[in-house]
Amino acid sequence: MLHLVLFLIFGAICVAGAVNLLVQRHPINSALSLIVVMGSLAVEYLLLGAEFVAAVQVIIYAGAIMVLFVFVIMLLNAGKEELTSGSRIALLLGIPGMLVSSVLVAWVLLAHSGTGAVPVGALPGPPKIIGWLLFHDFLLPFEVTSVLILIAIMGAVVLASPPESVQQSKKEG
Amino acid sequence: MVPLSYYLVLSGILFACGVTGFLIRRNIITIFMSIELMLNGVNLSFVAFAAHWHALSGQVFVFFVMVVAAAEAAVGLAIIIAVYRTRETLNVDRVNLLKL
Repeated sequence: MLHLVLFLIFGAICVAGAVNLLVQRHPINSALSLIVVMGSLAVEYLLLGAEFVAAVQVIIYAGAIMVLFVFVIMLLNAGKEELTSGSRIALLLGIPGMLVSSVLVAWVLLAHSGTGAVPVGALPGPPKIIGWLLFHDFLLPFEVTSVLILIAIMGAVVLASPPESVQQSKKEG
Repeated sequence: MVPLSYYLVLSGILFACGVTGFLIRRNIITIFMSIELMLNGVNLSFVAFAAHWHALSGQVFVFFVMVVAAAEAAVGLAIIIAVYRTRETLNVDRVNLLKL
């Protein structure tokens, strides 16, 4: 019962953050509400017994990735977004589309919920077992991931560095 | 005991919010955050199914999704900086020419 109450509270916070992300017009407000969503999702993971995933969610998502987002927003001095004709069409089509798809998904899942319930703590996901899985069953994907990260770092550096003409003019001037 | 379908409904709502944000927002950074929201919704269903089927590989998959999201965020934000440097705007409607 306690778990259901906790699930409902943090699920409500989660959905409120997601809706706030859509409503806010300033990117920094959207970024902060996305951090709220990720934090409450970490609690949902803890309720499911996934300790490792919850910790990684807070460290990588709410920590590293969102710091990157906030940093870029401040670097580019992003202001309020302007409305164009395309955005009005998107508003007209997008919001009904979201409502229809959410209601449809919820109805299908609740109507055919012969799926049983998730007992809390039935499947603990301690870092030890996850680490064992990562270095035995998933060793190849894990190693490929490190190559992916390396390529991403190099790509980010190449893309974000100023073009050569700017660098040369700085050297000369 | 929380029914599995509740978790799936929550993850579906998050995914729908992400799709809507992707469609209705015009700021390229907010669009990017909507994509992260969709990834988070999928991660929740991964963990819920992992708990339901007693298979820890679901949680390992969430780890991989997070790694790919981190790489995507790094490269995507670098692209956003490059776009802003040449176009001086973050509005996707104003980025409509291949060549300046």
